[in-house]
Amino acid sequence: MDINSNRLIEAAVTEFGQLPGIGRKTALRFVLYLLKQKPEDVEQFGSTFIRLRNEIKYCINCNNISEKHLCEICSNTKRDRTVVCVVEDIRDVFAIENTNQFNGVYHVLGGIINPMEGIGPKDINVENLVVRVGQDEIKEIIMALSATMEGDTTVFYIFKRLKDFDIKFTTIARGVSVGDDLEYADEVTLGRSILHRIPYENTLVK
Amino acid sequence: MNIKNLHLLNFKNYAAIDLYFDEGINCFVGNNGEGKTNLLDAIYYLSMCKSYFNFIDSQNVKHGEHFFLIKGTIHDHDKEDEIYCGFKINQGKVFKKNGKEYQRLSDHIGSFPCVMISPTDINLVWQGSDDRRKLIDSIISQFDGEYLDNLIQYNKALAQRNAQLKRFAANRYFDAVELELWDDIIVPLGNKIYESRLAFLAEFVPVFNNYYKFLSDAKETVGIEYETNLKPNEYRQILNEAIEKDRALQYTSVGIHKDDLSFTINEYQLKKQGSQGQQKSFLIAIKLAQFEYIKNKKGIKPILLLDDVFDKLDQSRVSRLMTLVSEDTFGQIFVTDTHQERIENIFNEIKVKVRIFPVKNGAV
Repeated sequence: MDINSNRLIEAAVTEFGQLPGIGRKTALRFVLYLLKQKPEDVEQFGSTFIRLRNEIKYCINCNNISEKHLCEICSNTKRDRTVVCVVEDIRDVFAIENTNQFNGVYHVLGGIINPMEGIGPKDINVENLVVRVGQDEIKEIIMALSATMEGDTTVFYIFKRLKDFDIKFTTIARGVSVGDDLEYADEVTLGRSILHRIPYENTLVK
Repeated sequence: MNIKNLHLLNFKNYAAIDLYFDEGINCFVGNNGEGKTNLLDAIYYLSMCKSYFNFIDSQNVKHGEHFFLIKGTIHDHDKEDEIYCGFKINQGKVFKKNGKEYQRLSDHIGSFPCVMISPTDINLVWQGSDDRRKLIDSIISQFDGEYLDNLIQYNKALAQRNAQLKRFAANRYFDAVELELWDDIIVPLGNKIYESRLAFLAEFVPVFNNYYKFLSDAKETVGIEYETNLKPNEYRQILNEAIEKDRALQYTSVGIHKDDLSFTINEYQLKKQGSQGQQKSFLIAIKLAQFEYIKNKKGIKPILLLDDVFDKLDQSRVSRLMTLVSEDTFGQIFVTDTHQERIENIFNEIKVKVRIFPVKNGAV
């Protein structure tokens, strides 16, 4: 191998090595694998990522990923625009969509308040939400954030920001997982479940 | 409650050893570095799941070996439990009771309580407030799980608040709302912790005073004072008043994380005015009060581990201490000393039976 090709390999390894969870050895395996493939296949591989980066936009309404100005969910007329589910990132949109239990629209914050990670209230997409609540015909905001101190703090912050609007402000239920034995539930969760118990009638399938 | 036997394998300087103890007073005697304290530490380990002296488990393994094992039989009323602790380098430690492994170490801690009195306790007098807060926190949280939870949550929120203060400074802006988000968590938790500490000290300090009075034959008056910048129900106000200062310091300068205990002797600071013997008596009285606190809460007498207590104490205090711990209020006791004669004389004088274990180079 001459020095030139060495440098090319080095550059490719460095690029792969930047991906989360990929070390130098794995990166080198990827590079050597790609070298063995047909040039057109590798071209396809590369252009897929270039297109991905160039063509994917963020929905101007909810900050979800989208190929157009408005994402598929926001532009779908069958979805209920009066209910907005607020989530941390796009993965949560996928997770909630997979439940098939939600027919409203989303609002993706892009993070939760966590000063230790350098994220303050201004670094997440809250202003847009306030604007949306002021303009649209929103009746309910559902907060679906992680059950951590940072998640709770973010919910509380948004609650404060929206308290003057005439909307229903709810948060997803916390408690014993479906299919779990009570004895295996941790004490904090179980304690909260008892404290925030709900009328049995509400749990019946209508 | 008492420990009937102890089996060690590769623990500190012991290769393999089997010991059977008396229900009353047991003494380990021997020269420096023979392994007296290591025996106390092994008993402490079975109780608290860690060493009193060195928290790094791998450093408690005998040199050149890869694991250690501590086993002991605990006798309480008519019940006998075998406690097993095994530690393998790179594999961590396993705690078992009667052959069944514990899911969480915290399930074991407290079920077989012990109190250690050691020369390293002097750190409580000399080191920063952190050590003194840890002392009260560890005593309270052994009996109050909620206190421990509150403390963990408080520290998390405090770290976020401090990070926020640093962000303000780094980005050159200030927004009270962003800080209040964390205050809203800190204030209720801090209030609860503050109340718990007040209540604990109200119970603890009189007991401590009694013990000191007894040890010193009422020659000196001592005090433990709760030092705090808090007042009941004014937590938020106190945080707000400190905002300018906190912004300059880039951390939270008031709150329960700044609490301290002030130790005094005859109204002066123990650290500056107390003699070494007085400081030692003070610490012993604290530990004896801790013993009584645990006994009252648990209804069992903890095992008392006395490491090198005779050093620095005068003859009258030594004999008062030994008379005290030989009484019925106390249970099984382990003592270390370098002089076999001294210890025999002390106990002969107060007419208490002791069992002597001569310790020599990792063997008894």
